[in-house]
Amino acid sequence: MAAIEMKNIVKQYGDGFPAVNDVSIDVGDGELMILVGPSGCGKSTLLRMIVGLEDITSGEMVIGGDVVNDKAPRDRNLAMVFQNYALYPHLTVYENIAFPLRLAKTHSEQEIDTKVREASATLELDEHLERKPGNLSGGQRQRVAMGRAIVRDAKAFLFDEPLSNLDAKLRGQMRTEIARMQRRLGVTTVYVTHDQTEAMTLGDRVAVMKKGNLEQLATPRELYEQPVNLFVAGFIGSPPMNFLPANIKGNQVELPFLSLDLAPEVAEKVQGKGLLIAGIRPEYFEDAALVDDAKRAKGKVFSATVDVSEWLGNEQYAYIPFEAPPEVREQLEQLERDLDGETLRTQLVVSLDAASRVRDGEEAELFIEPSRMHLFDPATGENLTLRR
Amino acid sequence: MDTKTRVGTVVGAILILLWCLLPIAWIVSLSLKPVEETATGSPQFLPKSMTWDNYSTVLQEADFQRAIINSFGISLIATVLSVIIATLCAYAIARLEFKGKRAVLSIALAIAMFPVVSLVGPLFDQWRVLGLYNTWPGLIIPYMSFTLPLAIWTLSAFFREIPWEMEQAAQVDGATSWQAFRKVIVPLAAPGVFTAAILTFFFAWNDFVFGISLTSTTAARPVPAQLAFFVGPDQFNPPTSTLSAAAVMVTVPIIIIVLLFQRKIVAGLTSGAVKG
Repeated sequence: MAAIEMKNIVKQYGDGFPAVNDVSIDVGDGELMILVGPSGCGKSTLLRMIVGLEDITSGEMVIGGDVVNDKAPRDRNLAMVFQNYALYPHLTVYENIAFPLRLAKTHSEQEIDTKVREASATLELDEHLERKPGNLSGGQRQRVAMGRAIVRDAKAFLFDEPLSNLDAKLRGQMRTEIARMQRRLGVTTVYVTHDQTEAMTLGDRVAVMKKGNLEQLATPRELYEQPVNLFVAGFIGSPPMNFLPANIKGNQVELPFLSLDLAPEVAEKVQGKGLLIAGIRPEYFEDAALVDDAKRAKGKVFSATVDVSEWLGNEQYAYIPFEAPPEVREQLEQLERDLDGETLRTQLVVSLDAASRVRDGEEAELFIEPSRMHLFDPATGENLTLRR
Repeated sequence: MDTKTRVGTVVGAILILLWCLLPIAWIVSLSLKPVEETATGSPQFLPKSMTWDNYSTVLQEADFQRAIINSFGISLIATVLSVIIATLCAYAIARLEFKGKRAVLSIALAIAMFPVVSLVGPLFDQWRVLGLYNTWPGLIIPYMSFTLPLAIWTLSAFFREIPWEMEQAAQVDGATSWQAFRKVIVPLAAPGVFTAAILTFFFAWNDFVFGISLTSTTAARPVPAQLAFFVGPDQFNPPTSTLSAAAVMVTVPIIIIVLLFQRKIVAGLTSGAVKG
């Protein structure tokens, strides 16, 4: 077990394109670090540099106090679970798990057997030991891949999108299983995913990456509540944060459906900025009818026409279209492209209590607390309302 | 499948089998006829009196024994060397990006398409100068150069099918590049290796042109060439039945190999599917 320190890591390909650009991340001993971002953000490349499958253009990779930049993968003593599992199809499950032990040549046959059976018991693979990977289900293959990782005393576990090939239900189960195993074994873990739910639920800390740059490195809670910029704000959370054009007028901010008062320290910061982008999470809205008076005093009620609503049982989403000025629209379209998405229309998504009586096509009374709103600079994407 | 289709299939299969197997049946039947019968001309298909004499005559022939050893030795050595070189070469082609990769592949293909006969003359001269004429290496080298391209193409297709992650996983698990290649990649490409080996062996075993042109004595002459020198006791009457017996014996190893590896070859020729 060891800490992993990445110091100013750069990966440049032959054509000069930086896949990873000056990224520094310290993964503490026993910590579960998530690397998350849309496809092409360099997260997998970074992971492969940790394990030694990609060369490091510049910077230092330190694992357990040793600089490993020039070490071959086999000398780094790390265990990795690949996205497609990369099981050896010609070997049985038992031999797949035993493979790293046999290569090490330091274990007796009996030790190998004990270790393999221990790992298979942990992962409930006992009855499949003599089968070939080709005859296993996706979830079982995934467990074999994990077995191959935990069977030896690796300094750290590396996961490269391990759950992306599983169906939704199994993914949820395996996510919990990985978290449980990691907590129990206490092994330093770096976990790559493009799924923000996995990132939020699994990680001790999460590193959000975009186009090779580290955007924010923080705990899941901090990412959710204090995103440093538009990109992180848009990436974390489901349904994603609403972005609205915001006109600053003195101490007030004008949004499409309402104006809000700004807190004095925020007002001072954004003074004279003109048009900004306001970010409000869908779950920050509430049906005004369900808000008690004490709370109502702290926020503001406004009305808007609900276009479509979706009732999910535990909550419901209401969609409220609005017109955005071209400069905001352009910025939001760029953001969507960065997030691998497409802008269809500018609309406000609000997440309401399932008991809410909001109906399609009707005017709805909604409640919002202004203190939970973020304001972003449209030019730089920087969050102007960060509390430090 | 309705009855009509089934009957059609059976009839078609029988026709094709007749077409393919009749010459072989004819050779076998000839090989079982006594020498006198073939010498006088015997239009009937089945031998009047069956005999194994031809086989024992052929087997007792010292030249034929030499030729069989030559054939086996040369073909096996050519196959083993060709497969080893092709495996390493195909692996490099499948895995590495280097300049001139396309050139290597297209030149290899061009070599495979080169007419064998056009090379015999130059090779004859060169081999005499280099002292390779009438030796085993003198035949092994041309066999290898003609079978390598095909083997490389077959194998590189196989290697390309194997996900690169397999090998990376092995390296992360603590394998050297060589161990990853030997313990993971080669077993996965086994059907391809078998296919390449069998194709090479067939080529070397069946070759006649090189065998007759680049040898002068039984020191290196393989069976197909040796058969041409088979005269028999009476030089005015070709020893048809004895020749047939020899031909049958040359065919048998090939049939055995095909039957043994049939499934592997089919797997190898039809797909390179390696599922993880």
